[in-house]
Amino acid sequence: MALKPEELLATIDYLNPPKTGWMETPNDFSPGRWPYPAKPDLHRAMGFKHAHEWKADEKDWHLPENWKQIISEGFKARLDKYRSFKVFMDVCVRCGACADKCHFYIGGGDPKNMPVLRAELMRSVYRADFTTAGKILGKLNGARVMEEDVLKEWFLYFYQCTECRRCSLFCPYGIDTAEITMMARELLHEVGLGINWIMEPVFNCNRTGNHLGIQPHAFKEIVEFMCDDIEEYTGVRINPPLNEPGHEVLFITPSGDAFADPGIYTFMGYLILFEAIGLDYTLSTYASEGGNFGLFTGADTMQKLNAKMYSEAKRLGAKWILGGECGHMWRVINQYMDTMNGYIQEGSNLTTPRNPITGTVFHNAKQTKMVHITEFTADLIKHGKLDLSPERNNHLRVTYHDSCNPARGMGLLEEPRYVIKNVCNNYFEMPPQTTREQTFCCGAGSGLNTEEIMEIRLRGGLPRGNALKYVQDKHDVNMMACICALDRATLIPVADFWAPGVQITGVHEMVANALNLKGQKKREVNLRGEELEEV
Amino acid sequence: MNAFYGLFIVCALALAALVGVGGGGMTGLFAVAIPYAAVAIFVVGFALKVMCWAKSPVPFRIPTTGGQQKSLDWIPYARYDNPVNSRDTVVRMILEVLTFRSLFRNTTAVLGKTPDGKPQVGYFSEKWLWLAAILFHYSFLLIVIRHMRFFTEPVPLPIQWLDWADSILQIYSPTLYQTNLLFLAGLGWLLARRLLYPQIRYISNAADYFALFLIIGIALSGIYMRYVAKVDIVSIKQFTMSLVMFSPVVPKEIAPSFFVHLFLVCVLLAYFPFSKLMHLGGVFLSPTRNLPNDSRIHHHENPWNPKIKPHSYEAYEDDFREAMVEAGLPVVKQLEEEA
Ligand code: HEM
Ligand code: SF4
Ligand code: SF4
Repeated sequence: MALKPEELLATIDYLNPPKTGWMETPNDFSPGRWPYPAKPDLHRAMGFKHAHEWKADEKDWHLPENWKQIISEGFKARLDKYRSFKVFMDVCVRCGACADKCHFYIGGGDPKNMPVLRAELMRSVYRADFTTAGKILGKLNGARVMEEDVLKEWFLYFYQCTECRRCSLFCPYGIDTAEITMMARELLHEVGLGINWIMEPVFNCNRTGNHLGIQPHAFKEIVEFMCDDIEEYTGVRINPPLNEPGHEVLFITPSGDAFADPGIYTFMGYLILFEAIGLDYTLSTYASEGGNFGLFTGADTMQKLNAKMYSEAKRLGAKWILGGECGHMWRVINQYMDTMNGYIQEGSNLTTPRNPITGTVFHNAKQTKMVHITEFTADLIKHGKLDLSPERNNHLRVTYHDSCNPARGMGLLEEPRYVIKNVCNNYFEMPPQTTREQTFCCGAGSGLNTEEIMEIRLRGGLPRGNALKYVQDKHDVNMMACICALDRATLIPVADFWAPGVQITGVHEMVANALNLKGQKKREVNLRGEELEEV
Repeated sequence: MNAFYGLFIVCALALAALVGVGGGGMTGLFAVAIPYAAVAIFVVGFALKVMCWAKSPVPFRIPTTGGQQKSLDWIPYARYDNPVNSRDTVVRMILEVLTFRSLFRNTTAVLGKTPDGKPQVGYFSEKWLWLAAILFHYSFLLIVIRHMRFFTEPVPLPIQWLDWADSILQIYSPTLYQTNLLFLAGLGWLLARRLLYPQIRYISNAADYFALFLIIGIALSGIYMRYVAKVDIVSIKQFTMSLVMFSPVVPKEIAPSFFVHLFLVCVLLAYFPFSKLMHLGGVFLSPTRNLPNDSRIHHHENPWNPKIKPHSYEAYEDDFREAMVEAGLPVVKQLEEEA
């Protein structure tokens, strides 16, 4: 990233939009403004048609000959399948209440990143193709015909939306631009346009069970490696079951946590927690992915990838599923999973989850049979089932980032806070307009966590980064906790850029650092292997 | 430019009515044919649009959750921002429709500096849009209800009360309705912000200005009739009642300004079902607001659920069996069985 924070800020000008109207403003495909196209073989392998080589900065995108027809028919089909889509195409009054709610607009100032205009990119075509007034009045009524430049514009701006739904919270009609982005991305896939940063994880997840393409034996090695570290740091040896039938709980977490810092510390955190309470659980390599990049390509792919969760729970005979810290994973579980894949539960052992340690019945998961790890841990703490030494986290001054999906697609707000406040002594909230349901995206959700668009990500990260800087200056905050595996990767550059000196952690890393295990040795280092001060 | 188009079209429409009724001798058209047609288009168009929306299913429950979920018993949850039952969802909808609650949340993002000169993004509460929208919509509603005195005989008491209450200030003659002022104030701000704020100007198209100018035109022509031209209310009522009885008679005494007013209202009615004004119906059908957040609790049926199967465990094991056995992972089929 060549720009410095002050230089980047200086480029933002809300008050002077381009001189040309938005329909006339040309697309800018400079390097760094678009994610790399999906490899055709992966695109094809996942069942998408019209896979082909193309590059966003070349004039010819090699679209299929009848692409206009494909888009138009696909558009119609989706209007007939989703009431949300149809209503959202019709009712926007362009009041602009959503405009400055989007992190990409706040951090960039490009009017096409106002949710209202992002959606208009599609609505304009809708009006020309499907409405009487648009057909008669044309541009006066905000209609325009589909052309190659319009399609390119879709690609440009629907891959600058992280489907965070912040706009939807403020819209008087609840218009959810995320919903429109999903439709646009589905249509783009139909004419062979996708991005590799999403397609490759999707392909991997389908075959190997997780986005990162970790094969079963390697997954086992990674887990053992983490257990080695845990043994070294705590003196307790853990041997987590893998792919074993007959356990009460199947635990599924995003594979990002099995892969890189600081996610692996969170994974170690889960394992320590389960050991401490003696949970009867198994991990699975076949369902070793909590996240679901299918959500970012289309509903069918999402369903296909998600179906492994119930299938594996059924195969292993688990009674319920415990889910790890991940953002979009929980949007899928909370709002889609049972609806699309609930039928797989039939004939399984799945029942309403009950915490075996506290006896709490999770009535809120009666249908999905799936509990969020912070719901679970909050319940354990509330019942005094964890032996905690929060002073081991005294060197941390912690704030908490609500991930978009658990916040606005679920409402998981208090559980993680309750857990954090019980495992560390210094906790500070960021300003209220940037947290809870009003939280800001990390700038790289919905599959945009790819390096080549780093400037866009950092711009989108401005609201979060700035709020973080605020608590860093005010309260010496040095750690931002989150419950999302993507965040654990994407917030690092955001913090390094906007609030250098703040580190990122998962909630269960802090839980495990505070948690005492039976038979442990003196805890002199934390899960990162860093010396702890004498406490 | 877009604002100009909007204004121009509205002026042209007003002029058309004036000319048509004045010199053109088309009073029958403007007084009878167009009003009936406009009402018919409004009713049928509105119904068709709502049915068209309703025809598309709601495959998933996708409420935007605006507060704490209901999970553990001891965590208080945001009943109306994150409802899990129909009752609370209805309350959420009522608050949304009657108080514009989402709009009330509105903030404005400002790029500024902290006292010590560091750049800072600030978010300030911005209630003007909400206020203007509330003023405009409620005045509109009251004005429509007040107008019912032209279409009923005898005028029902509640409408008479409303009329009395609305002119309670007892100033000017004929007495001034407060709603008229509030209505224009609301509309004025909605228009001004489109013209003044560069961001809002950038997103506004001609149709946005058209709707505003059309309604302003209706309001101004109404006010002109009442306070300037002082049109003959008795004969107008005779006329409107004759429309209601489906035996239209157009008294000679009616001033042309009335037909301008009437024609603009007809245009609004006929335009309504084809425009963004349909948000009136759409807001009730918005799946991010009108559904409880309960798909973890109850099964929601998607009528077109494709039931796509995952890449099966068997296929997965076939793919990796050797490595799995070597790593000591349990397998269903042993290596020798495979052959
Ligand atoms: C029920 C919930 C409703 C909500 C939340 C709502 C909200 C809004 C908002 C926020 C605007 C935007 C103002 C702007 O243009 O900047 C607007 C415009 C408008 N609304 Fe509503 N409205 C509702 C119902 C209605 C109803 C029942 C009518 C009946 C006539 C109506 C008629 C209009 C009209 C004519 C405009 C145009 C003003 C413009 O184009 O700017 N609305 N509404
Ligand atoms: S807040 Fe809603 S109605 Fe207003 S411009 Fe945005 S999407 Fe349209
Ligand atoms: S969903 Fe989020 S990223 Fe997309 S337009 Fe809305 S606020 Fe912006």
